Amino acid sequence: MEAHSLSKILYIDLDNKRYWVKERPELFKEWLGGVGVGIKLLIEECPKNIDPLSGENPIIFAIGYFNGIYPLASKTIALFKSPLTKDLGESHAGGRCGIAIRMAGYGAIVIKGSSDYPIYLVINENGVKFRDASALWGMSSTTAVGRILREREGTPGIRSIMRIGRAGEKMIPYACVITETFRTFGRLGLGAVFGSKKLKAIVISGRDSLKVKDPRGYRSIYDELYNSFIKSGAMKKYHDIGTSMNVMSLNLISSLPVRNLQKTKFEGINELSGEALAEKFLGRRIACAHCPVSCIHIAALRIPYENEPYFYKIKMIPYDYEPIYALGCMLDIRSAEGFLKIMDRVEELGLDAMSTGVILAWATECMEKGIITTKETDGLLLKWGDYKTYIEAINRIVEMKGEFYEALSKGVEYASSKYGGKDFALSFGGNEMPGYHCGLATHIGFLVGMRHSHLDNAGYDIDQKLNAEGKKLSPKEIGKMIFEEESWRQVLSSLVVCFFSRKVYTPEVISKCFSVIGIDINPSQLKEKGIEILKEKYKFKVREGFSLEKLRIPKRILETPTPQGVLKEEDIREGIMEYKRLLEGGY
Amino acid sequence: MVKRISVVDVDLCVGCQLCMFACNRRFAEAGISRAAIFVQSVGGIERGFIIKVCRACKDPPCVKVCPTGAISKREGGGVRIDHKKCIACGNCMKNCPIGAIFWDDSLNKPTVCTYCGYCVSYCPYGVIKLEEV
Repeated sequence: MEAHSLSKILYIDLDNKRYWVKERPELFKEWLGGVGVGIKLLIEECPKNIDPLSGENPIIFAIGYFNGIYPLASKTIALFKSPLTKDLGESHAGGRCGIAIRMAGYGAIVIKGSSDYPIYLVINENGVKFRDASALWGMSSTTAVGRILREREGTPGIRSIMRIGRAGEKMIPYACVITETFRTFGRLGLGAVFGSKKLKAIVISGRDSLKVKDPRGYRSIYDELYNSFIKSGAMKKYHDIGTSMNVMSLNLISSLPVRNLQKTKFEGINELSGEALAEKFLGRRIACAHCPVSCIHIAALRIPYENEPYFYKIKMIPYDYEPIYALGCMLDIRSAEGFLKIMDRVEELGLDAMSTGVILAWATECMEKGIITTKETDGLLLKWGDYKTYIEAINRIVEMKGEFYEALSKGVEYASSKYGGKDFALSFGGNEMPGYHCGLATHIGFLVGMRHSHLDNAGYDIDQKLNAEGKKLSPKEIGKMIFEEESWRQVLSSLVVCFFSRKVYTPEVISKCFSVIGIDINPSQLKEKGIEILKEKYKFKVREGFSLEKLRIPKRILETPTPQGVLKEEDIREGIMEYKRLLEGGY
Repeated sequence: MVKRISVVDVDLCVGCQLCMFACNRRFAEAGISRAAIFVQSVGGIERGFIIKVCRACKDPPCVKVCPTGAISKREGGGVRIDHKKCIACGNCMKNCPIGAIFWDDSLNKPTVCTYCGYCVSYCPYGVIKLEEV
């Protein structure tokens, strides 16, 4: 195939168990791929105001021109209507899926309808097979499901196995989809949408070779990219300690949310820092396909059997900064082993680690304040640092045991509407908070970001730079910077390259990369494209009832001081309004 | 002396597959389907990876089963494939016990490492090296 001919969209209809392929090269030419093509397909396929857990909600997977061609282009974008926020659902994952989809010849996959019995899909260049997954439904661990499909479906090395756990089956609106055992389509509930369709798993594989327009130019730009990555300090940083290096650095600058953001200094730092985890537990580092960084860190936890002396099992448990923040710091878990055990359970069940941690932190504070008692929790005494009780609470959330756990299973926004404690219910636009309390840009970023994720516009990064330089910007200036960053990130998410590569993939470099594969697009056209894509996402959110004016600002973020001091609500609102002005056409 | 690719320490491998993409770029093409080196996990990614590449046997089993003499011994170890003589029967692939002969979909013929060492320069962690047989 030609590298510039990204055009095939695989449509899968789960109602009737049939599939078809449409060639839509113009869609990719106009919207690049990834999130650009994905959002257009979502708008096409998702009717207004539908129930996100009905068959009408489509799942869109999209990759871009750079997948399979350039290094660090290893991501896949998933788009759907979120059962958590009831508007835009967008989730990115690495692993092998981005390469597998490209090598199977597809640019996007659209999954519609729902099956009346559990199924899994096997996708390759020849099409789709619908397989009965009844025997896999209800399994207690996503790892077991992966092991079974690995044996049954073959194609090691060139495949991706996406699957849900019990959380997805039970349609918990913050359930995720696990891929390659250690990567996740997290945030906003893709797992629940899989579950609502009775879609247990997808195995996708492919091998392909792509011809480029300028072979010599291709090899030479590839070498430039490769050398930039290899020599960059960022790569070493992500490889050595991984994203968990943030635990130490954020703690140092008092920006690490601890105990439901009651404070920003963590007393368990020497146990849960990335450095400590690497020293005591790191068992393996792995990479996404076609990425030399290998930022994925897996802990090896040796667990003794209680009833049998001298007998142990070794669990391999992935860890990253965000799960450490949410399931460690927010719950004040001061033992690495305790954190890893919670992490392991969350992964087995297929829950979003961040949402789970934030919800449990809220529940613990509610108990601390007497808003709930052991009557609501059916005997469980939630207290900071008690990992065993948290694991039991997580099990009960997934099985929705009783009214209280059922409320927790719907997210912190819902639970706090029902029980109170809204002031310290840390969610933004309905999505639970990421692990940064660095200042004004951080929180404006969470609020306006189209998925309410720290990755949307990296406001926390703006704050950290400002704080380090001792500078201050007006809310308006921050609103503008966030808008520009978020617009640009739409381009990266359309190629689809990892955000870790953003300093190498500049507009000029991307334009050159396109040119050698036979596509002409200049840096300013790319930037324009980014803005257009962001506007399309906003259009979808507004269509589903989202409003930037009506965003709830949790009081807690105004109480606990940031390195910039205590934040003021009016500053946050002003930043939001500037972002809105730019987004609605004033740029 | 002739060279071959050797695996220094398979536990250093992170499974990035950059060697496979590099091998494919020998033809100035992106992707992986023409690669003559392959990285996969065994028993799940957490158990680590294996690297399949021709180890340049002195007495290669693939040569013995080629009905047309398309695969011949390279002096000093290893093999060469003459695609003009090859009838694409696949015997060589089936008889390599380490699975180091692959199928090139573009040629519709088997492919094997040419011991050029191009992949080695793209292995960021020194997992593979070019060495004398």
